[in-house]
Amino acid sequence: MAVPAVSDVDHNPSLSDDRPLAIEIDGVGKVYQSSDGAVTALGSVNLDIRKGEFISLLGPSGCGKTTLLRIVAGLEEATTGHVHLHGRGLDGLGFVFQRDVLLNWLTIIDNVLLPIDFKNKKPKAYRDRARQLLATFGLEGFENKRPWELSGGMRQRAAICRALIDDPELLLMDEPFGALDALTRDELNVELQSLWQHSNKTALFVTHSISEAVFLSDRVVVVSDKPGRIVEVLDIDFARPRSLDIREEAVFGRYSRHLRGLLEQTDANHKG
Amino acid sequence: MRASRKWRVPAELWTLAALLALWQGAVSLLRVPEILVPGVNVVFEEIVSHPDFYLAQSMHTLSNTVMAFVLSVVFGVGLAVAIVSSTFLEKTLYTVLIALNNVPKVALAPLFVIWLGTGNASKIAMGVMISIFAIVIDAVLGLRSLTPDMIDLGRSMRGSRFKMLFKLRLPNALPSIIAGMKVAMSLSLVGAIVGEFVAAQNGLGYVIMSAQGAFQTDRVFAAILLLALIGTALFYLMEWLEGVLIPWHESRRGHAPKSTAAPPLAPVSPTAKIFDAA
Repeated sequence: MAVPAVSDVDHNPSLSDDRPLAIEIDGVGKVYQSSDGAVTALGSVNLDIRKGEFISLLGPSGCGKTTLLRIVAGLEEATTGHVHLHGRGLDGLGFVFQRDVLLNWLTIIDNVLLPIDFKNKKPKAYRDRARQLLATFGLEGFENKRPWELSGGMRQRAAICRALIDDPELLLMDEPFGALDALTRDELNVELQSLWQHSNKTALFVTHSISEAVFLSDRVVVVSDKPGRIVEVLDIDFARPRSLDIREEAVFGRYSRHLRGLLEQTDANHKG
Repeated sequence: MRASRKWRVPAELWTLAALLALWQGAVSLLRVPEILVPGVNVVFEEIVSHPDFYLAQSMHTLSNTVMAFVLSVVFGVGLAVAIVSSTFLEKTLYTVLIALNNVPKVALAPLFVIWLGTGNASKIAMGVMISIFAIVIDAVLGLRSLTPDMIDLGRSMRGSRFKMLFKLRLPNALPSIIAGMKVAMSLSLVGAIVGEFVAAQNGLGYVIMSAQGAFQTDRVFAAILLLALIGTALFYLMEWLEGVLIPWHESRRGHAPKSTAAPPLAPVSPTAKIFDAA
């Protein structure tokens, strides 16, 4: 069996894909001013993401993938280029942070309803939806608990519910499972896939775990270190829904090996 | 934990009773003249034989103290919000406040009498002057301690400045503000007494000053005992308020075991329902 076809430096979905564009990243670069002078965190990044796609940004720590995600979310300004969000724009995105950032002074359900409150809508009208979302993630009965009464995995599930409460079109995730143990991480990967599959949302997922990226994504975007730029975009051809067992398959192994090779290469380039 | 809770209230009362017994014992054993330190029985008798007088004087001091405290909290938190919201105010107002805080404020008491007269206003002003800095300094610290994560969360939810302040910054600052309030409560009492020392016709501070002039030491001690009682009551009131306002804070949670049980697994793919509905 041949190595899975890897598209050349074509960062855009195949032409046969006629889904509308959700995110256009156009020549986005980021330069920080530090005491040692200007540091280029992000070179010129071009990437088009279609509605309903699951895209992972994979790269070593500190390679600028988080910066790219934050620019898409409007949390940081790009130095060059621009990002265009279709649909509801910045109002239509949900963000899941690496740490859950649940507020200790609110109950779990009020934490989930926080974005509704922030957008000046009536939290009462969304209570049932919040309850349903929590039940979906196995948090039934924890609505009125406080964050510190929950385990790390449960807290991150609640944080995902919070990101989803206003039914966003885009789900942006910054290494959301990085702090969890391997078993919880697997469970959440499966739950996230199931949710995404049934919701027609566009997902942009930052990770440094190769297997997580391959398991979840339609396309894995490999980002290099200093300056961050796109090294390759790899299509992952596995049928959905995917079970955790696909990780044992030979094709999965080849994808992983290929990606690891790319990461090692960028690492070597950086050191050289 | 249950056992220690049952213990706590009596233990505190026992401590106070032991303190009074020690006082009484020392006075009797060492034969201290009543004009220097009267016995506990003498002081209690003084209070019990003039209940209306002492109640009225206590209420006078208490109301000025509470008034000063409330004004300190309102203006202190208001100033703190202004200071963290504007770099200009931080550089000007905060600097002025810090400079003022380092003036011995008791020295200002005579000025307040000149400006505001010998009535309640000068006592309240003195109480505010002494206690407001504790609130401002702690509140500024608390309001500034919003983590970058929380700021990102607020921005990702596209919240207005108003929402950021009232839903994130202020609740997050509440533990600091309450710490400042606890200090400010005692300082308000100090301020009210200092005001009464300088010029007054009412209040426990006035009772102390006039009794001292007549060498009525039992009266001085009676007023001091009542002040201690008021101060202690106000302290426990603040403790109670803390429990009501920030039951979620680390210091209030006790040692309840953290739930580590794995959440029940959701049945296979129930996600479908909710998003089909939505």
